[in-house]
Amino acid sequence: MSESRGAKTTRTGPGVQEQEIPGLHVQPELEDGRRNRGLWIDAWRDLRRRPLFVIPAIIMLVYAVMALWPALFTGIDPLARGSCDLTRSLVTPSREHWFGFDLQGCDNYARTIYGAKISMAIGFSVITSALVVALIFGSIAGYYGGRLDTLIARLTDVVFALPFILGAIVIVSALRDSEFLGMKAAVDGALARGFFNLWFAAVLLGWPTMLRMVRSAVLQNKEADYVEAARALGASDFRIILRHILPNSIASVMVIATISVGGIIVAEAALSFLGVGIQQPNISWGLMISESQRRITTHPHLLIFPGAFLSVLAFSFIAMGDALRDALDPKLR
Amino acid sequence: MGRYLIRRVLQFIPVFIGATFLIYALVFALPGDPIRALGGDKPLSNSVVAALEDRYNLNDPLLIQYGKYIGVVPDDKRGFSGILQGDLGENFRGRQVADIVSERLPVTVKLATTAFVFEIILGLIAGILAGLRRGGFLDNLVLVSTVAVISIPSLVTGFLAQIVFGVELRWLPVSGIQSGWTSYVMPGIVLASLSLAYIARLTRTSLVENLRADYVRTATAKGLTRGRVVGVHTLRNSLIPVVTFLAVDLGGLMGGAIITETIFNLPGLGRAVYNAIFAQEGTTVVGIVSFLVFVYMTANLIVDFAYAALDPRIRYE
Repeated sequence: MSESRGAKTTRTGPGVQEQEIPGLHVQPELEDGRRNRGLWIDAWRDLRRRPLFVIPAIIMLVYAVMALWPALFTGIDPLARGSCDLTRSLVTPSREHWFGFDLQGCDNYARTIYGAKISMAIGFSVITSALVVALIFGSIAGYYGGRLDTLIARLTDVVFALPFILGAIVIVSALRDSEFLGMKAAVDGALARGFFNLWFAAVLLGWPTMLRMVRSAVLQNKEADYVEAARALGASDFRIILRHILPNSIASVMVIATISVGGIIVAEAALSFLGVGIQQPNISWGLMISESQRRITTHPHLLIFPGAFLSVLAFSFIAMGDALRDALDPKLR
Repeated sequence: MGRYLIRRVLQFIPVFIGATFLIYALVFALPGDPIRALGGDKPLSNSVVAALEDRYNLNDPLLIQYGKYIGVVPDDKRGFSGILQGDLGENFRGRQVADIVSERLPVTVKLATTAFVFEIILGLIAGILAGLRRGGFLDNLVLVSTVAVISIPSLVTGFLAQIVFGVELRWLPVSGIQSGWTSYVMPGIVLASLSLAYIARLTRTSLVENLRADYVRTATAKGLTRGRVVGVHTLRNSLIPVVTFLAVDLGGLMGGAIITETIFNLPGLGRAVYNAIFAQEGTTVVGIVSFLVFVYMTANLIVDFAYAALDPRIRYE
């Protein structure tokens, strides 16, 4: 605790006194690394006492287990042959089957549980991919500046100008028959039909927000004394960016990334609802909501359960991101 | 300032061209043959196909087609005529895309305006109430409820609102636009909910930050009433980021309404694009999306200008 509280002012509110006594805990060789680690340790100490972080984090873990091992939650595999029974079509919730049955007579609870896989997979895969793009090109743009920076800035402007859902519909439709060297078949086979196109469209439209954050954070940090020091010691640009600038720039980006996972999960549902996302017979909450559309007045259970699971998952990511921001940025305490 | 404005306007052009080109190239890559699809079950004769392909420049390479579309390459029949000249082109059925836009635009504008009014009124009130009593009950209520509103997708809120207010309580029409402006109330609120929550939080954060500023302390020390300190000094400064967000959001509301339009069966621009993609009406897709991009970018441009003019602390070289 004591060493991590040294140079970086993360805990106390105004933070004025602490900034003026950096000499107290200076450890020259490792200062950069420790400061950074200290920030995250401090943030963690703060986060684990916040109910608005702990509860969403637990919910998120439950969903992760649900996505990886759905059989732990339900004995019925809704994709297996013979698991649906047309005589039970649209049966409303009962004590044995809490969530009722859908039009095909499939158990709605089992289907809702199996829907977690797609949401978690699309949320994490899109954000990690977009984050990688943003970190690479954002640090290049921020660090080197000049024409490359202008070019990247105009590219982000172009993508920003496109409305997300409409743009995604056009991209997914245009890619309908493309094969991506067999990658698409492999990904879609492993996860769900339509997954690859959805991922591609979301990454293509999703990187600019994070890139701008990385770029501005790099711009802020690149004139810092410790970067000058590293440069004077002969560190290469690559090392300066990777070891010195990025660790100090990543906090704000992580906040946006966490929140965006929730946004992507919602976007998946919206696109599947519109028919350009995950395709039948795979299960996605957006598809389930789309199927419920014609019967919401007579059989609202078809809408409410996938809708609630979707909302709670999106809520956890957004609330976690919020709590993370408060913990990393003490200005608003 | 003058140079900044000029540079900003000059940046507008390549970005607009880039965005329209991206959409054009994607639509160009759409699988299937739109001309043959026109005939339905009866195959079109080759001469008809050839004539139509010639008319819509479908045999040119992508760049030439695009050049003719935006009006920098002369078309054989119409000369320089494209979106840069204000011509959105015509679809494969010979209808002007501009007509489709002017037919659908009123629905989208009414929806966006309704949403906009709701988010300004409710968002600002919630944000100000929360910001003035930071850490109090109202503040926490607003914080938690905004996270809830942000998390529940419009897919879910839209249908729930239909069940509760349309079918059960019968307060508002369930869908369609037959009942005049009341048709737009429910979709407007559903569309506004996300931005409404953002505005509430933005107003709150900005107000909290500004209430701590030195000039507020000075104003209080001068003996001004709390109402004047907050109303005149703090609010005016706190609202700058909110106004920025609002203007950008108005552009976003126009293009982002496709889910709401689908749920409530409103024949707006979003639906028109959606239908056009599946009918392989490339020109309609590109025309409408270009129009939306233009609206969005113009909103952004105006914000930047207003920002530069309103806030004297911001200086541009």
